[in-house]
Amino acid sequence: MSVLVNKNTRLLVQGITGQAGAFHTRQAIAYGTQVVAGVVPGKGGTLFDDLVPIFNTVADAVAATGANASSIYVPPPFAADAIMEAADAGLPLIVAITEGIPVLDMVRAKTFLAGTSSRLIGPNCPGIITPGQCKIGIMPGHIHLPGHVGVVSRSGTLTYEAVGQLTALGVGQSTCIGIGGDPVKGTDFIDALQLFQDDPDTHAVIMIGEIGGSAEEGAAAWVKANMTKPVVAFVAGLTAPPGRRMGHAGAIISGGSGTGQSKIAAFEACGIKVAPTPGDLASTLLTIWQPK
Amino acid sequence: MKIHEYQGKQLFHAYGVPAPQGIAAFTVDEAVAAAQQLPGPIYVVKAQIHAGGRGLGGGVKVCKSLAEVQEKAKLILGMTLKTHQTGPHGQLVRRLYIEAGCNIARELYLGMLLDRDTGKLVVMASTEGGMSIEDVAHNTPELIFKEWIDPRVGLQAFQSQKLAFKLGLTGKSVREFGKMLANLYRLYVEKDCSLVEINPLVVSGDGSVIALDAKINFDDNALYRHPDIVAFRDLDEEDAREIEASKYDLNYVHLDGNVGCLVNGAGLAMATMDILKHYGSEPANFLDVGGGATAEKVTAAFKIILSDSRVHAIFVNIFGGIMKCDTIATGIVTAAREVGIDRPLIVRLEGTNVGLGKQILADSGLPIQTAADMKDGAQKAVASAHKYAADNGLMVQA
Repeated sequence: MSVLVNKNTRLLVQGITGQAGAFHTRQAIAYGTQVVAGVVPGKGGTLFDDLVPIFNTVADAVAATGANASSIYVPPPFAADAIMEAADAGLPLIVAITEGIPVLDMVRAKTFLAGTSSRLIGPNCPGIITPGQCKIGIMPGHIHLPGHVGVVSRSGTLTYEAVGQLTALGVGQSTCIGIGGDPVKGTDFIDALQLFQDDPDTHAVIMIGEIGGSAEEGAAAWVKANMTKPVVAFVAGLTAPPGRRMGHAGAIISGGSGTGQSKIAAFEACGIKVAPTPGDLASTLLTIWQPK
Repeated sequence: MKIHEYQGKQLFHAYGVPAPQGIAAFTVDEAVAAAQQLPGPIYVVKAQIHAGGRGLGGGVKVCKSLAEVQEKAKLILGMTLKTHQTGPHGQLVRRLYIEAGCNIARELYLGMLLDRDTGKLVVMASTEGGMSIEDVAHNTPELIFKEWIDPRVGLQAFQSQKLAFKLGLTGKSVREFGKMLANLYRLYVEKDCSLVEINPLVVSGDGSVIALDAKINFDDNALYRHPDIVAFRDLDEEDAREIEASKYDLNYVHLDGNVGCLVNGAGLAMATMDILKHYGSEPANFLDVGGGATAEKVTAAFKIILSDSRVHAIFVNIFGGIMKCDTIATGIVTAAREVGIDRPLIVRLEGTNVGLGKQILADSGLPIQTAADMKDGAQKAVASAHKYAADNGLMVQA
């Protein structure tokens, strides 16, 4: 068991011939992910690396290969369109890696998705991995270890940090979900936490937030009301100045709201233990939970 | 991206959002000439800097004659304006906006921005104009009225009317408000704004609705499709190091501390700043070199960090995922040789090819302290920064 992706996931890659798309598709195949199709308008009928059939449209690719998940590496000006095309083709899972999509494009895409059965992860995210089974995205596969800790994070490198610390202690992960650093995104903390709560193979969760917005505050209340599994948290950006964007489009304290301090206070008020430093992500979890 | 008030009002005029007549001026003579073209007899001389709070800082003056315009323009142009948003260093005033005076009956607030919780744009209006909207939200949240916009159909007339009546507008003001809001929404969407704020929005004695201020920010991700907006960029308003960093595609934000940071990934870069603070130092910067850092980018990053004399140590914190540690290590060694790093350098490498990376650092013969993990690196960086300051008799701000 795991969340959203496993060894049966049949992945298609939108933008498979671009630099990032090609590189990470090869990495995914090497990890053991079933990559069944690529989509590049105008290159339909050709093969990627003499191996993966390329189609002109997502609908063609789905009809021919039975793909049930998509990863998106197309450049920012065309990425929102690619997300909507994937949803239109009925794909249940869409993972948008692309960073730099205009916010209003995502406002429209999110509204479009609301009327479909597709789940979006990202954009501007590392992707999702179920260790040992399926890797969709740009995370380094080798740091992961199959196990029972779910990880959900707005930051890519901090996800790696958490995973690296867990693996170093011999603690494996069920599924790791990077929800992305943009202000308008698909899957949010609460969606991911719900999935982990419902997954029998996930026994504990690390969630990593950062400044900007109020998703962490909402997640804290949700955990208190609904979650029976142990959760520890971390929030990045306590030292960030207000009004400045810290790399991620969504990482900005505006009008005094979205501070790290308010998020940590919300977690603690809901009984969620917060790691004191980013070097303590795994060790903090082990103070409240031990793998069987 | 931010723009000046006068640039925002050019957009307002182009989109049919009523605002007073005004002309930008870069010299005192231009200010007087601008005033001569306005109807008078009341003029407003306004400092043009990106930060808010200009009025309280003494950057906005109402004048009753051309002579007074000259006097106030002379006073404001070239002054270093300090407001709650400029920080203690203030911002030099290089541009003025000379505007026709306006007859004010009521001051309201109007804002349009993204509501992250719903993923939709929201219009916020308040009867409490001219004040900080954050204070209003905190003290009297019931005086802020909101309407969320469905992107499929856009802002609807009934929504503008709801807001207008909640604001207590009547007659012609209701119609003007609705028309203005529709035009404002069109501007927001067509130009990919990230914030439009009018504070105050005034109702004049005859019921006209007028934007007395204009604060417009734009979505950086969408600037590629708006060369006209990019042309508004004023480099004088930006930090020189941040301009330099942007040339190399480095995500850099200058801060006031003593430990420089070079990190891959935005989340890890923020967390690195936090862990330095946790162990007793302030970060000198936020810096995300990104996933594809080359030796050239790393060298540029070191140069930018070292150009700040307040930096007493540098902490390189890399979790090499797709990025290999040996590539980063080679970049560090090349940069260190080329730039000549004269301050303590602490490097933490983790991830792909970490052994190879550490070997390259050790073989270089450079005085680099390596760290076992992030905590170890942060502690070493803090200790080194304190020692460097003490050895060189440097002051460290608390």
